[in-house]
Amino acid sequence: MAKILMKGNEAVAEAAIRSGCRLYFAYPITPQSELIEYMAKMMPKVGGTFLQAESEVAAINMVYGAAGAGKRVMTSSSSPGISLKQEGISYIAGAELPAVIVNVQRGGPGLGDIQPAQADYFQAVKGGGHGDYHLIVLAPNSVQEFADMASDAFDLADKYRNPVMILSDGMLGQMMEPVEFKPAKTQEEINTLGEQHTAWCICPNADGDAKHHHEINSLELDPSVLEKHVNHMYEKYAVVEKNEVRCETYNVSDDNEVLCVAWGSASRIVKSAINELKKEGKSVGLIRPITLWPYPYEAIVKAIGPKVRQVYVFELNTGQMLDDVKIAVEGRVPVKFWGKVGGIVFTPAEIQEKLEACF
Amino acid sequence: MTTEMICAGFGGQGVLTIGKFIAQSGMKEGKNVSWLPSYGPEMRGGTANVSTVVSDEPIASPIVSFPDILVALNQPSIDKFAPSVRKGGVVIMNTNMCPHGCPREDVDLVAAPMSDIALEIGSMMVLNMLAIGIVIGKTGLIKYETMEEDLNSFLKAKNPDLLEKNLAAIKRGIEIGQKHE
Repeated sequence: MAKILMKGNEAVAEAAIRSGCRLYFAYPITPQSELIEYMAKMMPKVGGTFLQAESEVAAINMVYGAAGAGKRVMTSSSSPGISLKQEGISYIAGAELPAVIVNVQRGGPGLGDIQPAQADYFQAVKGGGHGDYHLIVLAPNSVQEFADMASDAFDLADKYRNPVMILSDGMLGQMMEPVEFKPAKTQEEINTLGEQHTAWCICPNADGDAKHHHEINSLELDPSVLEKHVNHMYEKYAVVEKNEVRCETYNVSDDNEVLCVAWGSASRIVKSAINELKKEGKSVGLIRPITLWPYPYEAIVKAIGPKVRQVYVFELNTGQMLDDVKIAVEGRVPVKFWGKVGGIVFTPAEIQEKLEACF
Repeated sequence: MTTEMICAGFGGQGVLTIGKFIAQSGMKEGKNVSWLPSYGPEMRGGTANVSTVVSDEPIASPIVSFPDILVALNQPSIDKFAPSVRKGGVVIMNTNMCPHGCPREDVDLVAAPMSDIALEIGSMMVLNMLAIGIVIGKTGLIKYETMEEDLNSFLKAKNPDLLEKNLAAIKRGIEIGQKHE
């Protein structure tokens, strides 16, 4: 298939449909509105259901219901809207349901502004809703990867019966880049996908057995039963941590004197700065976590070469992933941080200046 | 090679479209491209700008700090972006809306009464196509044929008159750009 020039918001929507998503519920918010607009236009054409809910809370609970039926379902929003969805996300995680949630982050806190930010890292990775649970969190850094992650997210959600968040931002949502889509799933494939959850989901039973009873619930009043359930979830998370960690290394070598860690949009800008420093004969490597949970702790340790004097974290927040980098580095070398907030995106020149000061 | 471009002007002048067509043509010519618009509570008459990168290499940052090419359709665009244009870079300036001119002497300035020329061709709507033409004539960033094919594909049936005016504007732009080479 030929490449198409497309906005990230549209590309992830198209890719979700191609991955067999036929149910989408959301409420509009900038800078992700092209996503909901695309779904509104395309879902009826593929026999899917698009519904603009009356609120974010309603939308996430529609997702809860659809996921309980074992269907591929997605919602999307931007930071303040994702905050509103947190109760539902905790319920979905607690009930162990597969669902995909896209967050096209904007500046916060509160209503903040509508420019790109990465300030929802803690919310996405460290909880967000109440209770002991994890989302699987994927962080794209290009329009192509944003689109590719739609099918990855659905596969992971189905595999682990767990909600998956794609943590993007206003820059990736609004920018256009060439994107190449995977072939769309056929109706037959979508039907097969629907059947994988019949052992637990709310669905008509093939054998017509009325006694065959499935319950979708996140309420468990017996503490010993809830304890067992949470422990079971954490056994599942251990498997996710073992199998699903993903990261990209860029210019990592034994010559590195500085190792950068950056994710999402910010990593693109850091790459440009690294390229400039290379021309000056200064060796800087980059680790880009692609899964923010599970986090690539080991990959970071492995990338700290013999000459690395400093690990430098760059984020569009006040230092959130920084904590995870510190956990990974364990004091082996100093960890420094620099970021921009308020929806202001740092430039390659600014990062270059920060890195040059390390030499 | 990597070419970084910023196009800026009033909302409604079609600056975002300049970047989009150049990115689209670059992609069709096998290059890596990115298109990053300013977005926000903006409206007709407000300011708009777009960063476009066309490269043989994978594109790292889509954010442009120091453009190789600046297309400035009004004075605020010159004031904001001309200082950061790379030394020897190209500045394409619409003199009709830039009464104070361009303060840089170390850049390659293409100054033309672009609003007047657009009206002469037949519509202010072709101002952005004129700008694309100047970019093509001056820098060869993309090919005219790719643009023509692109415009044909969606305008030929829908609005053949506008197609003709658009193509005329691009050709006129190319002449202006080549004259300044």
